Amino acid sequence: MLIMESLDKVKMNSEVIIIKVNGEKAIKRRLMDMGMIPGTKVFVRKYAPLGDPIEIMVRGTEITLRKMDALNILTEPVSAG
Amino acid sequence: MRIALVGNPNSGKTTLFNNLTGTNQYIGNWPGVTVEKKEGKVKNYKNISVIDLPGIYSLSPYSLEEVISRNYIINEKPDVLINIVDGSNLERNLYLTTQLIETGVPVVIAINMMDVIEKNKDVIKSQQIAKLLNCPVIEITALKSQGSNELIDAAIKVNQAKYDYQPVTWYSLEIENVIGKISLLIKDLVSKEKLRWYSIKVFEKDESVLKELNLDLSEELLKEISVIEAKLDDDSESLISTERYKFIGKFVDKVYLKNKIVAQSISEKIDRVLTNKYLGLPIFAVIIFLVYYLSISTVGGFLTDYVNDVIFGDGGLPDIIGGWLSSINSPIWLEGVLIDGVIGGVGAVLGFLPQMFVLFLLLGILEESGYMARIAFILDRIFRRFGLSGKAFIPMLISTGCAIPGVMAARTIEEENNRKMMIVTTTFMPCGAKLPIIALIAGAMFRGSSIQWLIAPSAYLLGIGAIIVSSIILKKFKAFAGDAAPFIMELPDYHMPRVKGLSFHVYHKLKSFVKKAGTIILFASVIIWFLSSYSWRLEMVDTELSILASIGKLIEFAFVPIGFGDWKAAVATFTGLIAKENVVSTFGVLYGFAEVSESGMEIWNLLNVDFTPLSAYSFLVFNLICAPCFAAMGAIKREMGSRKWTLFAIGFQTGLAYILALMFYRLGLLFSGTFNFFSIIAIVFLIGFAYLLFRPNPYLKKI
Repeated sequence: MLIMESLDKVKMNSEVIIIKVNGEKAIKRRLMDMGMIPGTKVFVRKYAPLGDPIEIMVRGTEITLRKMDALNILTEPVSAG
Repeated sequence: MRIALVGNPNSGKTTLFNNLTGTNQYIGNWPGVTVEKKEGKVKNYKNISVIDLPGIYSLSPYSLEEVISRNYIINEKPDVLINIVDGSNLERNLYLTTQLIETGVPVVIAINMMDVIEKNKDVIKSQQIAKLLNCPVIEITALKSQGSNELIDAAIKVNQAKYDYQPVTWYSLEIENVIGKISLLIKDLVSKEKLRWYSIKVFEKDESVLKELNLDLSEELLKEISVIEAKLDDDSESLISTERYKFIGKFVDKVYLKNKIVAQSISEKIDRVLTNKYLGLPIFAVIIFLVYYLSISTVGGFLTDYVNDVIFGDGGLPDIIGGWLSSINSPIWLEGVLIDGVIGGVGAVLGFLPQMFVLFLLLGILEESGYMARIAFILDRIFRRFGLSGKAFIPMLISTGCAIPGVMAARTIEEENNRKMMIVTTTFMPCGAKLPIIALIAGAMFRGSSIQWLIAPSAYLLGIGAIIVSSIILKKFKAFAGDAAPFIMELPDYHMPRVKGLSFHVYHKLKSFVKKAGTIILFASVIIWFLSSYSWRLEMVDTELSILASIGKLIEFAFVPIGFGDWKAAVATFTGLIAKENVVSTFGVLYGFAEVSESGMEIWNLLNVDFTPLSAYSFLVFNLICAPCFAAMGAIKREMGSRKWTLFAIGFQTGLAYILALMFYRLGLLFSGTFNFFSIIAIVFLIGFAYLLFRPNPYLKKI
């Protein structure tokens, strides 16, 4: 069974795979342009000291984004696949 | 021949641009430094110009940078695109490359940061990339100026070859099918080499392209697109993105052989400490404290005292020149213009050079190292509360050096209303040129008082406070309403600040500061000396009877409500518009800075006569917040691109400054029992202010 989870809920130091990217046009485009397309592995590195934004590792780059934007990214755990 | 430089943010475009043209444009290690296109001539090639476009991830039309770059490439038709690619981040950089190739402009790929690749013992097979993408690939290290000549040669060669655009196709068959149909439909509307690009954009249903071509897609085509969209479960635009990445994904592992040993990068280790959950904020506070403590209080302050006391003080320049002038029996007016005007005015400013030096150096280190982006990361949560993004701190921090690059740095904030707000408010931070004002007030009015050391920090807090309060208030008006700016940002790798880069940084800023002192401020000081030494009949008179006094007395009434209705302060405030350093240099001339410094700090005592601590601080409040110098107003106008918004910015800044100073001064006076008409006005303002601050936001979207 697949456990789908939006990226903002993924625990620190865990790796997930992007299933789908939703969201309003501009934000969706920006996320995908930066390499977050379905099938991409994402490592959630850490949360900022105040709990938000989060820092993720995508395609060898560290990217920071807010939880409200990460909400648009649906993921599943790597092992599930 | 025109070459456009295109590439991801922070990929080294500006460094390459500087190499190619031999100029020294501003570089920083945070994404978004290049905010507008810059043009220069290639060294040794008079007929080749290079255009440095802002860093982008894609040619989608959603951010300002993307629109600038896209319009330039499509409409201005450069002859060659040099696509600078960060070798350590090949996959994402090539995503942009695929789009550039589709524009039909010949592309030369420059793989940058080869030194890092080699150091990590990674291998990039650039010739294979060249074959796959059908364009020349040159390896360069922009930081060490390696590969620039080869790059220009390749660009010339591509330009001379009769360019026959053969699009490489990398989308799946079903998508290519539809794109092919679109091509047939629009082939008479666009030029041959742009056909592929336009066809793909039509497939993506790109609004600006559909509008430009005045194209209504037929039912049939729309249906074909929607069939694919339904089948692959995404919109056509996203399908194109996905397929581009898939295409790159197919070969990237074969052309980029990574040495796995460097699993945990140095940046990651540094970030374990610097953006640590518990240590992140305290470390940030310590770093910021150190920057200002070192530059203003200790190192910089010590050097500044030295310059003021020794060079411009007793037995220094004023005495030497004064002695020399009397030995040659020079006329009194010449002595006046040189000692009171030039040395008094310019010297009052130049004394602060050491503090500026240390401040610019430390800010430069913060910018170059990559810590700026981390500050945005750490602070975003706090700033969002006020409707700003963590990136807002970058313009604020830079503004403490100089408001002009500060205003320009506001462009990293993507959402337009938020960016405008930042442009209006970022000048509230006390810039380097306002330091002398702070030092003067702290020294003159609070010397020896137990709160003297608080004056400088309070000025910075005032700046931050004014920005936050303005943001909260402005957000509740329609023109600035909107969501908190989106915040998706790359965290670049840390690197050691290079001596070369830093010295550029500091040298250029100090140079413009010194130049200003030697030109505008010198000129203004002489004019002020003249106006303050002569009467309307052109007779030398006491300052109180001078032309300047009579002008100042006409405007001083405006400043009575905020506590410094003295004509000297009024005049100083106005000269501050030319350059903020003028505020102090005007005092220097008017109170005879050069002469009094022989007997110590007499100017302080003179100021004590005209000011109370309360009115002096009110003077400080007004001068820190009010409209910046003309040069910064110019930057605001450039960034706003609108007269109306520029006037709004200046009006808002000055209005806020007046109201804050009025409230501060009049409410302060209440404590000493002075209550009058102005106290009532101040209270009315306070109530209005509180209302604007705390009223519910009518434009807040409910979540």
